[in-house]
Amino acid sequence: MRSLPPLRLLACALAVAVFASIPLISILSYGFRVGWDEIRPLVLRPLIGELLLNTLWLCATATAGCIALGLGLAWILERTSLPFAALWRALLAAPLAIPAFINSYAWITVRPELDGLKAATIVTVLSYYPFVLLPVAATLRGLDPALEESARALGTGPVRTFLRVVLPQLRTPILGGGLLVSLHLLAEYGAIEQLRYPTFATAIIAQYESTFASTAANVLAGVLVACCLVLVTLEVFLRGRARTARVGSGASRSRPRIRLGWWAIPVTAGVAGVVALGIGVPAYSVTHWLTYTGADSWTLGEIAPVVWSTLKLGAAASVIAVAVGFPVAWLAVRYRSALTTALERTTYLASSLPGVVVGLALVTASIRYARPLYQTTPLIIAAYVMLFLPRAMVNLRSAIQQAPPSLDQASRALGQSALATFLRVTIPLAAPGILAAMALVFLAVTTELTATLLLAPTGTHTLATEFWAATSEIDYPGAAPYAVCMIVLSTPAAWLLLRQSHFTGASYE
Amino acid sequence: MNDGAALEVRGISKSFGRLRVLDGIDLTIPGRTTTAILGPSGCGKTTLLRLVAGFERSDGGTISIAGRSVQGSGRSTPPNRRDVGYVAQEGALFPHLDVRANIGFGLARWPAGRKAKRSRVEQLIELVGLDRGHAARHPHELSGGQQQRVALARALARRPSLVLLDEPFSSLDASARVSTRTAVAAALREEGVTTLLVTHDQSEALALADQVAVMVAGRFRQVAPGPEIYLRPIDLECARLLGAGSTLQGRAAGDWVECALGRLPLADSAPFTSAAVFIRPEQVTVHSGTAAVVTAVDYLGADKLAAIRLPSGEVVEARLAGTAALAAGDQVDVRVEGTVLAFASLDALGAKANSG
Repeated sequence: MRSLPPLRLLACALAVAVFASIPLISILSYGFRVGWDEIRPLVLRPLIGELLLNTLWLCATATAGCIALGLGLAWILERTSLPFAALWRALLAAPLAIPAFINSYAWITVRPELDGLKAATIVTVLSYYPFVLLPVAATLRGLDPALEESARALGTGPVRTFLRVVLPQLRTPILGGGLLVSLHLLAEYGAIEQLRYPTFATAIIAQYESTFASTAANVLAGVLVACCLVLVTLEVFLRGRARTARVGSGASRSRPRIRLGWWAIPVTAGVAGVVALGIGVPAYSVTHWLTYTGADSWTLGEIAPVVWSTLKLGAAASVIAVAVGFPVAWLAVRYRSALTTALERTTYLASSLPGVVVGLALVTASIRYARPLYQTTPLIIAAYVMLFLPRAMVNLRSAIQQAPPSLDQASRALGQSALATFLRVTIPLAAPGILAAMALVFLAVTTELTATLLLAPTGTHTLATEFWAATSEIDYPGAAPYAVCMIVLSTPAAWLLLRQSHFTGASYE
Repeated sequence: MNDGAALEVRGISKSFGRLRVLDGIDLTIPGRTTTAILGPSGCGKTTLLRLVAGFERSDGGTISIAGRSVQGSGRSTPPNRRDVGYVAQEGALFPHLDVRANIGFGLARWPAGRKAKRSRVEQLIELVGLDRGHAARHPHELSGGQQQRVALARALARRPSLVLLDEPFSSLDASARVSTRTAVAAALREEGVTTLLVTHDQSEALALADQVAVMVAGRFRQVAPGPEIYLRPIDLECARLLGAGSTLQGRAAGDWVECALGRLPLADSAPFTSAAVFIRPEQVTVHSGTAAVVTAVDYLGADKLAAIRLPSGEVVEARLAGTAALAAGDQVDVRVEGTVLAFASLDALGAKANSG
């Protein structure tokens, strides 16, 4: 029996869902206010078609590349006797710690002539393939070995077993990872701008720089939002149909790996090659620029205040995101119903919008409805919370699941009040997940570029904006220390993601 | 079908690291019969099944299925060429395929027409007693018992020489267990297929198998028809694995044994004197008297299990009709019907003998 959610909690969650929807509402209402007659000539013009084609091409090539690379590497890591597999797994996940715009900076350093679709594909594949690799590897690891054994006993050879039994089980992580990559590509600004490949994200910023929060910029954002919504709808549809859950609950036994023998040499070389391209190139470039003119080209006095203001923004955003996300996650786990699930989904949906759209929407909305908020710290923190709420929610959800209601009831039966139960049972059990949620939001904020460029109050500098300002002036040595700071700050988040994917197994969401 | 041995296992050993799991196993299963390997968890019985299936390689020894060598002299046939059917503990149905596609999975390369394959699938659905309306369902829409029936149908589809069942009922609840077991037994009988079943449940082994192989610590203790092991177990451990019983200290002499329950006839004459006397609870009858005291009564529905303390301080268990009026604290007399078993005993055995 399931009780009704408490009204106060429901009101909180509703407010959060509305808050998270502000960018979407803003873009849509802007369209209604301006009217189709004014929008039509802006939508139905060759530029939009060209941008759409460019964006879709990049999505297609880079997503295909990520799936091919991620699937192949996951299979090698989980199913073969690759020596030092644990080390390779960590190294292959390491690009998670390198923002794509640092990766493109590194590649331009090595190959200054890189530009266009090919360059954008190479750089984004090397930045985003872990989004496919990690869930596929986790699912491969979690698959019940009895499935494959049963297929073998039914007279199916190893290759056909992979195609007929294993691959269908991997459909969800492959498509889910692929959609995540596509969403990131729609939103990616920094890396693609550096490689001079125009997409919606870069066009919106260019439009903003020339005409501010104009109708043209908002129309571009509207088309981008439509693309995102298509992908998100696809994902919801996909999850609804997923049938990969293990039937029954038997204990997994470890499975024998394919012995590579002499193949170990070329396979290891291939894996090492991916690692060299994915983290070797950024490491080389950053080191190269750090030592280029010696340590006197930058000083600690210059960097310290930037680090400090970035940390402050990150801390504020992470605390607020967790506080705001907790009631929604709590309702979704403890009072599961169509309403609470819809509220939870709303926060995901709104937050699937690119930073460029959220930034533009908040600029447009604040100028029109809340002038005093424009160019203030609260507004940029609000943008961070909208953008990164899902990262907090995923962890809060699993944190709350760590403290099932049966433990609450046991505590209440032992004479503890509701508050005491919350403090003595729920919080201690959920604490690791809550901390992980805060850490992930914090680290996402420290490397956020696009929304920050649009919303940062005058005089507020973050690591990402300073890095961007330096590279825009081709001051590559000056950008290097900021790149190092961002990579160092991102490493714990990458480690968290790697660890989570390692322990969740087939229950990956 | 081959009329000789459907499975022939000779001298199989297997170690995982330093742990020796199987130690010189020999087993023959005649065609069209069912053999159950019965043993406590961790005795190596599942490992043996996986070696026969080809999921693991043995360290030594030979295996042949239907007269064809599949393991021996360093060669091991891969599982897909062994002509076996395999039913895993939890069924291992493919979650992305519906019931029909699961059952038909192994028929992809079967040398028969599309129509023949389809009718084979329908025949199997009927054979294992599945509702036809369930044929288009996916595994997660089935109960545990239904899943196991589908898994069996899938394993039988290609008419394998040998079907391997790995504790197929252990994940089911008590009511589904019996009905699924009955359906599986009927399906196996009708297909006339040779079966190797691994279980830790003696009632499962006794109900399904023509031959029971009791395994303890990686070796077979006794391989014989179920009733024979139940009535003439080779040692105390086999006796207990096949069912409950009480153990009393006694002194054997020829065909008789002297113990706290008096002078009892032995099933086999004992070549030793110091004996552990094993008595099944259904052999113990309760009469009015004052010699012994009832210490506990477990009411089980159809019958009752009573623990009775004898003047010697030892405790015997008696199985009584559920309607018998008996309560803890009652004073009674106890007698034993039929012959009893005696095993050579160390005196230490007496200490833990009463746990049954």
